[in-house]
Amino acid sequence: MNRVIPILTILLAIFVFWYAAAIWMNAPWQSILNGRANLTNVPFLEFAQQTWAQDKPILPAPHQVFSEIWNATMGLEFTSRRSLALHAWITLSATLLGFVLGTGLGVILAVAIIHNDAADRSLMPWIIASQTIPILAIAPMVVVGLGAIGLTGLVPKSLISMYLSFFPVVVGMVKGLRSPEAIQLDLMRTYDANPWQVFWKLRWPAALPMLFASMKVGIAISLIGAVVAELSNAAGGGLGVRLLTGSYNGQTIQIWAALFIAAGLAAVLVAIVGAAEKFVNARNGVRA
Amino acid sequence: MTPVVQAQNLGLTFPAGDGDIVALSDVNLTIEKGDFVSFIGPSGCGKTTFLRTIADLEQPTSGTLRINGQTPENARKDRAYGYVFQAPALYPWRTIEKNIALPLEIMGHSQAQQAERIKRTMDLVNLSGFEKKYPWQLSGGMQQRASIARALAFDADLLLMDEPFGALDEIVRDHLNSELLKLWDRTKKTICFVTHSIPEAVYLSTKIVVMSPRPGRVTDVIESNLPRERPLDIRETPEFLAIAARVRDGLRAGHSYEEVV
Ligand SMILES: Nc1ncnc2c1ncn2[C@@H]1O[C@H](COP(=O)(O)OP(=O)(O)OP(=O)(O)O)[C@@H](O)[C@H]1O
Ligand SMILES: [Mg+2]
Repeated sequence: MNRVIPILTILLAIFVFWYAAAIWMNAPWQSILNGRANLTNVPFLEFAQQTWAQDKPILPAPHQVFSEIWNATMGLEFTSRRSLALHAWITLSATLLGFVLGTGLGVILAVAIIHNDAADRSLMPWIIASQTIPILAIAPMVVVGLGAIGLTGLVPKSLISMYLSFFPVVVGMVKGLRSPEAIQLDLMRTYDANPWQVFWKLRWPAALPMLFASMKVGIAISLIGAVVAELSNAAGGGLGVRLLTGSYNGQTIQIWAALFIAAGLAAVLVAIVGAAEKFVNARNGVRA
Repeated sequence: MTPVVQAQNLGLTFPAGDGDIVALSDVNLTIEKGDFVSFIGPSGCGKTTFLRTIADLEQPTSGTLRINGQTPENARKDRAYGYVFQAPALYPWRTIEKNIALPLEIMGHSQAQQAERIKRTMDLVNLSGFEKKYPWQLSGGMQQRASIARALAFDADLLLMDEPFGALDEIVRDHLNSELLKLWDRTKKTICFVTHSIPEAVYLSTKIVVMSPRPGRVTDVIESNLPRERPLDIRETPEFLAIAARVRDGLRAGHSYEEVV
């Protein structure tokens, strides 16, 4: 109970603010509409309800967004082109594939970097440089470029996700794999352990906390990568496409619905990584 | 018989920006099988460095060092010694029994052998019942005992111990000292033991190496004629006090007695 009350209070505050903001932002257009219809002296309460029920409001009211989400998921066949569930699945699949590829690439690069000075000096600058290029510039190039050689759909999008998500994993894992203290490494040397054993019995378990921390960042930006990539291929579907067509047509309710689904997906994905982290921590005796 | 450790004119200089640090200079020392050798001296006199050189964790810059007649590197590859560091250095993600199993896994012992050795060494250091605990669930003294069990698990004949009881209180220390003596008597191992405590050194050792700093060197090697069997109250006997006095003189001659804790 002690935790529920503050959360509910904040939620309530957000809704109050949101409804108020919707009145304020949609009021000018509502006044024009009412003027055209020769409606004068509309009482405030009625006017407020009008601003919460526009077709293409500047800021849709919460119930408009949620009913749109409900109708576009539960109210439609999954295979329908307008089904938000279908578009969410398209985005999710690219996100997950990109995340798996990105995490794998990140770990492999980190292992190469810590075992090899030359790799450290030659790879690290490129890895950092790769992240200074705006993803909005790269994504169309990759999607359109790969599309030209017949590669469309899942793969180009997950490549963008991978491109974003490998970075936190490399940085985190280099730090994590280097985290064992000198004395822990000396101990391995006194046993004449081979590099393979040093890796699996010391460096890897020492790096696990960093791996999970970077995977939480990685999965969230994987999703962003997938959405951004979808903006470049309207035929492919996905939440990005819903955002794009929504903004072409001024369908703000549709935009907000897609935004909420994306945010919800990200929250669930991060929570799943967090649960995996808890599970591994429990097996490794981490103090709760 | 070949000595377990033989150092001749051994020197080790650490390069440093503002003048090199001579950690060991012209060290001559022979340790025979079954010796219990204590190294005592003020902070910075090279005790740890000498132990690490034996263990092939540091490379001497002059002189020769032989372990069982071999180079330190070959001795290390032979798993000739168990090393107990100043800190327990347990791996926090492993339970106590898994920590003790670590060297056994690396050296390729079978599951059955591992189980048997874990049980034996945990009994030896009085940790039975704590097999499934994680290091943070143990007191400092218990952690240090676990690290000793880990060094004993693979049954090396030489035990290198760097102030293993330095962080413990007097009572626990007394207890562990007499346990260590019993263990040494039973297993006939050779033990090199670093300490800051004169009574501890005299109580444990057959041979006490007194060192002094800047440059780190051996100033005296005292053979003890105390019997192998040593009850704790041997520390009040005249023989004991005479040896302690000689150690104290040795330390004072190194001009550093004030620094000794
Ligand atoms: N890796 C290193 N690099 C440079 N200098 C070092 C290194 N290790 C030790 N030294 C120096 O060598 C000298 C001897 O150090 P050592 O650790 O062997 O002393 P010690 O006798 O074990 O001291 P204490 O009783 O405090 O543990 C010190 O002056 C120290 O500063
Ligand atoms: Mg030391």
